[in-house]
Amino acid sequence: MPTLTYRDALNQALREEMQRDPTVFLMGEEVGVYQGAYKVSRGLLEEFGPLRVVDTPIAELGFAGIGVGAAMAGLRPVIEFMTWNFAVLALDQIVNSAAKILYESGGQVPIPIVFRGPNGAALQLAAQHSQAWDSWLAHIPGLQVVAPATPADAKGLLKAAIRDNNPVIVLEGEMLYNVKGEVPEGEHVVPIGQADVKRPGQDVTLICHSKTVTVALQAADQLAEHAGVSAEVLDLRSLRPLDEAAILASVTRTNRAVVVEEGWPHAGIGAQVVDVIQRDAFDQLDAPVLRVTQADVPMPYNKQLERLAKPSVDRVVAAARRVLYLD
Amino acid sequence: MATRVYMEALSPTMEEGRLVKWHKKEGDPVKSGETLAEVETDKAIMDLVARADGVLRQVAVAEGQTVPVGSVVAMIVAPGEAIDAAPTAGGAAPGRTAPAAPVAPAAVAPSAASPPAPARAPAVSAPAAAAAAPVDATRVRASPLARRMAQEAGVDLKLVPGSGPGGRVVRRDLEAAATRPAPPLPGTPATPTGPAAPAPLALAGARAAAVRAPELVRGGAAYEDVPLTQIRKTIAKRLATSLGPVPHFFLTMEVDMERAAEARDALNRQLGDAGKVSFNDVILKATALALVRHRPCNAWFQDDHIRYWNEVHLGMAVAVEDGLITPVIRHADLKSLSEIGREARALAERARSRRLQPDEYTGATFSVSNLGMFDIDQFTAVINPPEAGIVAVGTITQKPVVWDGQLAARRRLRLTMSCDHRVIDGATGAAFLQTLKLMLENPLAMLL
Amino acid sequence: MATATAPTPPARVPAELQRRWLRQMLLIRRFEEKAAEAYALGKIGGFCHLYIGQEAVAVGSLAALRDDDYVISSYREHGQALARGVSANAVMAELYGKATGTSRGKGGSMHLFDASRRFMGGHGIVGGHIPLAAGISFAIKYKGGDQVCLCYFGEAAVNIGAFHESLNMASVYKLPVIFCCENNRYGMGTAFERVAAVTDVVEHACSYDMAAELVNGMDVLAVHAATERAVARARQGGHPTLLEVRTYRYMGHSMSDPLHGVYRTKEEVEEQKKRDPIAQLTHRLTEDGALDATGLDALEREVRAEVDEATRFADESPDPDPTELTAHVLAD
Repeated sequence: MPTLTYRDALNQALREEMQRDPTVFLMGEEVGVYQGAYKVSRGLLEEFGPLRVVDTPIAELGFAGIGVGAAMAGLRPVIEFMTWNFAVLALDQIVNSAAKILYESGGQVPIPIVFRGPNGAALQLAAQHSQAWDSWLAHIPGLQVVAPATPADAKGLLKAAIRDNNPVIVLEGEMLYNVKGEVPEGEHVVPIGQADVKRPGQDVTLICHSKTVTVALQAADQLAEHAGVSAEVLDLRSLRPLDEAAILASVTRTNRAVVVEEGWPHAGIGAQVVDVIQRDAFDQLDAPVLRVTQADVPMPYNKQLERLAKPSVDRVVAAARRVLYLD
Repeated sequence: MATRVYMEALSPTMEEGRLVKWHKKEGDPVKSGETLAEVETDKAIMDLVARADGVLRQVAVAEGQTVPVGSVVAMIVAPGEAIDAAPTAGGAAPGRTAPAAPVAPAAVAPSAASPPAPARAPAVSAPAAAAAAPVDATRVRASPLARRMAQEAGVDLKLVPGSGPGGRVVRRDLEAAATRPAPPLPGTPATPTGPAAPAPLALAGARAAAVRAPELVRGGAAYEDVPLTQIRKTIAKRLATSLGPVPHFFLTMEVDMERAAEARDALNRQLGDAGKVSFNDVILKATALALVRHRPCNAWFQDDHIRYWNEVHLGMAVAVEDGLITPVIRHADLKSLSEIGREARALAERARSRRLQPDEYTGATFSVSNLGMFDIDQFTAVINPPEAGIVAVGTITQKPVVWDGQLAARRRLRLTMSCDHRVIDGATGAAFLQTLKLMLENPLAMLL
Repeated sequence: MATATAPTPPARVPAELQRRWLRQMLLIRRFEEKAAEAYALGKIGGFCHLYIGQEAVAVGSLAALRDDDYVISSYREHGQALARGVSANAVMAELYGKATGTSRGKGGSMHLFDASRRFMGGHGIVGGHIPLAAGISFAIKYKGGDQVCLCYFGEAAVNIGAFHESLNMASVYKLPVIFCCENNRYGMGTAFERVAAVTDVVEHACSYDMAAELVNGMDVLAVHAATERAVARARQGGHPTLLEVRTYRYMGHSMSDPLHGVYRTKEEVEEQKKRDPIAQLTHRLTEDGALDATGLDALEREVRAEVDEATRFADESPDPDPTELTAHVLAD
């Protein structure tokens, strides 16, 4: 199996889907001539031409709306936001148009559209450019939200998103674009709504997604090495729909859970996961479920402060030790 | 520090307990977990165990006496420790009354038998006695998992030391408890192999025999008042909440048992001594399978809703010396005929010896009552709420019937179903009975 | 392209067609009057924005479209839905929230959809649907079709960013779209001139190098002619047009708002009613001898019967099944 970066896996998914289906097109800032702000769309303009790889003005609301309108008229747009921080300007189109038109039309007008782009903090970009929008978007019925952690999942989930007949939000990780991994060639589709055990274990489940999967895997290594603890790492992959069965199956085995996410703690994705666990796995719990999140502050610029704000391996290890009653 | 010994709630519905026998006497040393006394609950005879190490003092309840749950029945004190207030029989546990802090317990229930109560302290300054009182004697901190494991293993969580925050009992505590010699569980004789194991069964039996003479006792008083035993009280209370408030109606159906009898005979020939199958087992099995196809009858009436069960837990009324109890065959629909047979016999035996644990006689979704062995042709049974139905099974008798146009002698059985009309309508119950009849008349249908 | 003002309508429109337009305008007027009545009776809930006074805009502009063109509108869209041929029954049933409504009772007054007529919805966020119109026309161009998309919005939407982003991109990408601004002078209770630095909407077209026309919205013939020109521009080479159609709403912003009071006078409303589009067309047809009193009566009777039938239909239709609650959140 070839080894690709996360960036090239996304590129491969886009290229293959555009080859497969002529109604698929890519639109966004810098996607064409500039080859993508993060080079995800490298080479696509040359292969598919300017009608299918469309550079836009800096007008998130406008081009997101053009995408939704094009979906209403039968196309399968892929709308790239340079980052999800800028997509906040387009929330009206995502929330009020894309997510609701099928319902308010009584099922007449489906909106097969993908909104994608990097999400969450990178390095020292400060408050406005370092935010995870996961729970904002996952809150909305009518949307589906995926957040791949590996190159293989990035390819498989983006393909599934493009083929889906509904709006799908693809949250990519800016810090993940250079991550390498094996990626199946050709037809590799990861169904939306399926979590994945990235590392099996018996003693505690570390529930994570996107960038925090790496954090959880490192924490699991440390727990094994220093505490003899076997931690299971469950990558949610999809945030809506949430794979409740996978969460419950894992927690039923381990009886303890820590939920790790990049977002803020208040009303975060982890809160939703905890709700699932307390509701349906209450009698399996040997300890309260703990969460590791970004600190409840706007992201600071200073490097040391930024490190303190982000979910870290140490904090995940500490939380796991607490639910295991090791401290 | 003195630890109060309370009359504990040893069954889910227990409100008072009768102290049957003290295993420890005033002044005996006791260890935490050791059986102090046997208590008759509304359902069974259970062990009351020590919650602390020390010496038993101030036994306040005599054998045979009944006191409400939460009453202090004795104290456990450190050897040589002085006690400032004697327990009072029937006195409530602080944890079960209004917050105990403002008033000292002695001030609540002054008793002639008490030594002089300490001077009443002003309400605001916490009196020593109140400060020493446990906040809530029945509250155990345990993780949900630990609670479930304890329930499944029949372990009393109060006996398991908790290692989690605030003394929370967690999984590892139960796992550790399982690997060391456990304190005797409630209902288990402390020395199962010992010759002098306490014999509550015999005791209960003797008492029962005394109060329930089989024939009139001539030449004495014109009547005899017999106090209600705990189980009799519970039966009275439970059944009065049934026939009164529950709108019953009854459906009777006669079933031909010829083929069931043939099948049973054939099975028993094959099984030999490996365990015989009884008609009752066949009826239980058929009922369970019929319920699978008639969920509307497998339901609980829950005041503002009806709970339709997707599992069949079959209650089986068992006559015991002093009343009746309904142990439960869990997942009866998923069990084989011989499994049902074995389990029914084991449960009946434990019921008669009054050793059923609370979880063995609660949670039925439907019940069967069989008086066939008493030659009853047919009868109506009283529903056991919140269940919505019960089938009363009469005796199997040979009768002349017209069969295939011919007069024939055939074994026949009368079933009467009592239905809670709030849950089950006539046609619903009838459809269920039809399925049950079909299965009994053609046992192969059970394989479908 | 330069901004132009509307020339007088040149071509003769056949009398039969004009009678049909009169009938459509009458249908909208009577339908809306009935909707007001039903709202007062509690049959219609929520927001309900009536179109009375603006009938000539929907009827004149939609008459310039083909069946395979697209239409998209704001929340004041009952008139456009009716003029597009959506049945009065289905529209009224939707206002009533019934299962037989255009959106199975799940959209209501603000969200009428009929995909079979390419009526792509009423949309409830001011200006939010203008980018959708650009997107629909983008899809037309992408697929190489010669359809157009006609997008209605009020003058108040001109102040929102979505309008400007959409006009810019429609012009940059050369999209076959007609932005039809129905300038009825008030955004809810705020006069346009109080909140707009540029009060002639057509002037905004200059910023985006777009064709534009100022149109008398009380004259159905003028609206039709201007739209025809815009449609022609769109079909041939995909040039967008901004139409500013000056019209007037007789009713309050929605059923819960006053007709006049703090923001406009009764006298103003009465003065505007003298330009009534239905009266104007009736007068013209009568003058031309194309309609007499009997003919007008017959039209009125037909239209009232249609509206009465719609009311009866809506009244008798069932509420949506409870299973509809969770249906259509996601497509299969």
